[in-house]
Amino acid sequence: MDALKEELKNKIIEQLNLEDVTVDEIADNDPLFGEGLGLDSIDALELIVMLDKDYGIKLSDPKEGKKIFESVETMASYISENSSK
Amino acid sequence: MSKVYINSVACISAQKTFDNSTFLDEVIAHDSNVISVVSPNYKEFIPPAAARRMAKGIKMGVVASKLALQEAGLENVDAIITGTGMGCVVDSEKFLSKLIDNNEEYLTPTSFVQSTHNTVGGQIALAIQCKGYNFTYVHCSTSFESAVIDAKLQLENNEEENILVGGVDESGEHTIKVHSLINHIKSENVKSSELLKSNTVGAVFSEGASFFVLSNKKQNTSYAEIADTQTFNTLPKKALEKTALDFLKENNLELSEVDVVILGNNGDIDFDNYYDVLSSGIFKNTQQVYYKHLSGEHNTVSGFGFWLASNLLKRQEIPEIVKLNQKDISTIKTVLIYNQYRGENHSFSLLRKC
Repeated sequence: MDALKEELKNKIIEQLNLEDVTVDEIADNDPLFGEGLGLDSIDALELIVMLDKDYGIKLSDPKEGKKIFESVETMASYISENSSK
Repeated sequence: MSKVYINSVACISAQKTFDNSTFLDEVIAHDSNVISVVSPNYKEFIPPAAARRMAKGIKMGVVASKLALQEAGLENVDAIITGTGMGCVVDSEKFLSKLIDNNEEYLTPTSFVQSTHNTVGGQIALAIQCKGYNFTYVHCSTSFESAVIDAKLQLENNEEENILVGGVDESGEHTIKVHSLINHIKSENVKSSELLKSNTVGAVFSEGASFFVLSNKKQNTSYAEIADTQTFNTLPKKALEKTALDFLKENNLELSEVDVVILGNNGDIDFDNYYDVLSSGIFKNTQQVYYKHLSGEHNTVSGFGFWLASNLLKRQEIPEIVKLNQKDISTIKTVLIYNQYRGENHSFSLLRKC
């Protein structure tokens, strides 16, 4: 699980081009949207595509996304339970 | 009809031209067939949250426009008019490569959203909250001049007072590869100082952004007046001299009244002969200036020509590095700029001391 969280942090930084953010600066429970990393709706779309491409998870219900993308912790839990890859 | 003045200039190019306190005092000697810009510190001008989605071309455009506004002492303008030959090629390439690599699946929005030709104009408007007229011209090597013509018409008719006008083009890896394959880019590296002696086909490719605040209100710090700009999609070599003379005549000028002619020679043996027609013909006795050995070639590089002309007129000095010949001039009052790319999309622009 820790390895997955580390992997997710690296992917978020790379995919969303967060030039000034390091892995160490993202705590597992930091909110990704709003006050935390300050991600927005375009980033949410990028993350949805990442889940599909890298972990074989297709999100069809937008309400579901709100919970899954709350933090790295919630993302990692969801991926470990649902990944098909 | 009101006159149109260049009230500020900002140029990001393969030279350190973004700093208006200097004027080609230190020149970078390139030795390549593709050259990049000398970048200002983009972080000083663009918030990190916005910058992370911007490719180089957008950053260059946004920063050049902010520098132009700063120099004009303005926080906003009535309109933004941009010219670009290739648009945001880096994001276009990224989006299309992903489309192919991922078999048309897993497409993300960022590079698509940022890939359109009018992204730069849009991002500038967002940055300064300009809700006025916003237009982007895409006409190959006359893209920048098309933007100038639009602004000039609006300012002459007092429809607007201050318009931000600029040209921007960035280098994309795939685009460079394709242009190399079809010999639009020189196959060999060329030293800047030897560009016109290269005797080979193709040009040294580059990128850049030039932005200007054009206004119908002259300031004490204005650079020049834009008297006229005309573009020609096709223009045979044999018609060049007559077209230049007609252009001058329409502006009530004699040939001898042109103090400096700025030519767009790019060292391509197949197409520099257009410039040769003028430099060895009617402008034989005129001070000739060139600049693409410093800037390289791209679709809106004539913006560099405008930047150069503006500085020549304001500073009343011609750096040795741009001189093609040596003529004595006491005062630089009138500058003619002629540009074309691969024998097409010609432009004549006339700038006057103000």
